[in-house]
Amino acid sequence: MKSLEELKAIRDKARSSVEMRENTDAETRVLVGMATCGIAAGARPVLTSLVEEVAKRNLKNVMVTQTGCIGICQYEPVVEVVMAGKEKVTYVNMTAEKAVRVVNDHLVNGNVVTEYTIGANKQ
Amino acid sequence: MYRSNVLVCGGTGCTSSNSEQIIDALNSEITAQGLEKEINVIRTGCFGLCALGPIVVVYPEGAFYSRVSSDDVKEIVSEHLLKGRIVTRLLYQETVGEDDTIKSLGETDFYKQQMRIALRNCGVINPELIDEYIALDGYTALGKALTEMTPQETIDVMLESGLRGRGGAGFPTGRKWSLAAANDADQKYVCCNADEGDPGAFMDRSVLEGDPHSVIEAMAIAGYAIGATQGYIYIRAEYPIAVRRLQIAIDQAREYGLLGKNIFDSGFDFDLDIRLGAGAFVCGEETALMVSIEGRRGEPRVRPPYPAVKGLFGKPTVLNNVETYANIPQIILKGADWFKSIGTEKSAGTKVFALGGKITNTGLVEVPMGTTLRTVVEEIGGGVPGGHTFKAAQTGGPSGGCIPSSLIDTPIDYDNLLAIGSMMGSGGLIVMDETTCMVDIAKFFLDFTVDESCGKCTPCRVGTKRLLELLDKVTEGKGTMEDIDRMEELCYYIKENSLCGLGQTAPNPVLSTLQYYRDEYEAHVKEHRCPAGQCKALTNYFILEDKCVGCTLCARNCPVDAISGAVKKTHVIDTDKCIKCGVCQEKCKFAAVVKR
Repeated sequence: MKSLEELKAIRDKARSSVEMRENTDAETRVLVGMATCGIAAGARPVLTSLVEEVAKRNLKNVMVTQTGCIGICQYEPVVEVVMAGKEKVTYVNMTAEKAVRVVNDHLVNGNVVTEYTIGANKQ
Repeated sequence: MYRSNVLVCGGTGCTSSNSEQIIDALNSEITAQGLEKEINVIRTGCFGLCALGPIVVVYPEGAFYSRVSSDDVKEIVSEHLLKGRIVTRLLYQETVGEDDTIKSLGETDFYKQQMRIALRNCGVINPELIDEYIALDGYTALGKALTEMTPQETIDVMLESGLRGRGGAGFPTGRKWSLAAANDADQKYVCCNADEGDPGAFMDRSVLEGDPHSVIEAMAIAGYAIGATQGYIYIRAEYPIAVRRLQIAIDQAREYGLLGKNIFDSGFDFDLDIRLGAGAFVCGEETALMVSIEGRRGEPRVRPPYPAVKGLFGKPTVLNNVETYANIPQIILKGADWFKSIGTEKSAGTKVFALGGKITNTGLVEVPMGTTLRTVVEEIGGGVPGGHTFKAAQTGGPSGGCIPSSLIDTPIDYDNLLAIGSMMGSGGLIVMDETTCMVDIAKFFLDFTVDESCGKCTPCRVGTKRLLELLDKVTEGKGTMEDIDRMEELCYYIKENSLCGLGQTAPNPVLSTLQYYRDEYEAHVKEHRCPAGQCKALTNYFILEDKCVGCTLCARNCPVDAISGAVKKTHVIDTDKCIKCGVCQEKCKFAAVVKR
């Protein structure tokens, strides 16, 4: 170890692995439906993609987690974004690619991706 | 990138209730479900709530599962980790809100009044991965001291912070360092006292098991401050998990160049080695400890000269306790004023206690100094279980004393505890209820010191033995009132004349119980009665005529055939034959057996 900078580089790299353990009161919660219906429709790649994108963007106060079936199985994979003080946004028929856009547009810039929401996809 | 962290407690408590099997089962079940790239299973140190072990915590949800067995693993993996449905039946009930939502741990009674400085990383990081320690600002304090501060400035921060030795005596750490720094020598040493020997104490073990790097970092800081290049951690061999993790941590620190030559390019060299103690209590005494590190028989010597002048191998030495060290990196990082703002005026910071005895939440707690005993016992500890009432708390182990229920509102700090005849000690806190006999407790601790007296000085070797004999007499109902006076006199004699801390404090359990529970001693002597019903020689088992239905269960279970009586007739215990094992009372379904 030669300098504080070197230590800081290790710290920043290791940071993401422990961050999750201190952040249970996150302001934004991203819930992925992971019941049998969700998994069958391909929720796992969506979840992985969300986790990776959030980590890549180094977003604080965002918790990506699973939830059970919310009863709209034909729309799975379903992703819900819950932000403190705002109305819940429900995205449907999600894919790993769409998940990346939700993170960038919605979580980073605050613009709901209307075309993916349940309102825009009613059959 | 893992989407979920599963933390499994790998402290000694949870390990002994099979947390290793849980880790194995988790790993194989996660692999079977194909989740191994998404879920990270981490073995951590102690979470503190040992009564509810084995403990498994799943993040990001923060679900706190208690009393998990390897049979539950399949359900946790398939329900929670795969489908996101938290297994409510396994949750620590305190964390379940009214509408089945999960409360964070910080809101539970056990955790909300705690403040974790020494234990900040215990149950949070994997102690076997230096990167996780560094991720939470580990070794930044060492870097800051080496690159931005002079040794004197480092000592000044310690002096200013008001940190006092957590081993029990409470000597100001900064003063210890400045004394050692002031003595010039070709070689100086930094030692860590991890010879935690008090019955019921496991604070130091938990720190070393859960966060070994914090001690290593602090010892390097101490080395820089006093000008030492070599350190030794003296740890008992009875702590195998702590020893193993410490060795892993030392190896990793060396690999990263955080121990060794020219650390942080500052020209400062420092290295550490572990020395195992063989289990002698006296080796926790500083002079005996250092003699033991030198490879000789662990016996204390007269002080002065103090270790700061003439310590290990005759060189100036700083010796601090594990918990003291665990506080130091945070003090360097956050400053003396921050630390001083916690706790009381003369006792800054927090103290870790190992809660044990008659208490619901057996475990490890860290509270700011000045927290009352009531808060620790009733709120954090969850009170005395089984409908019993709080009688006293014992602090300081064999060197300490009892705090009676009348003093339960005493704020806990060094000076208050000394004032009421106990002492802080290393942090064992044993709770007793009305079924505990105070004479018996004094006897228990004295029995321990008699065994552990090294025998070098007469007051301790012979005095404690004679004192124990007097206590034996009292608990057998053969004592006299003169014996009590003689005991008291002997206590003061031992205190004043013993060579080291072991003998000087050995009579404390007797003195403090005599101070607060003299009536119990007198009941044993005058009435030949043990008020708590603990002293075997003074209690007998009887069968109540009106309750006994003559089921013969007691007679059939009695190991010495002391119970006679025909079927459906009242049974009788022959008190001459009875060995007072209590089996009859345990077996009786009609509460017909009583002890008095």
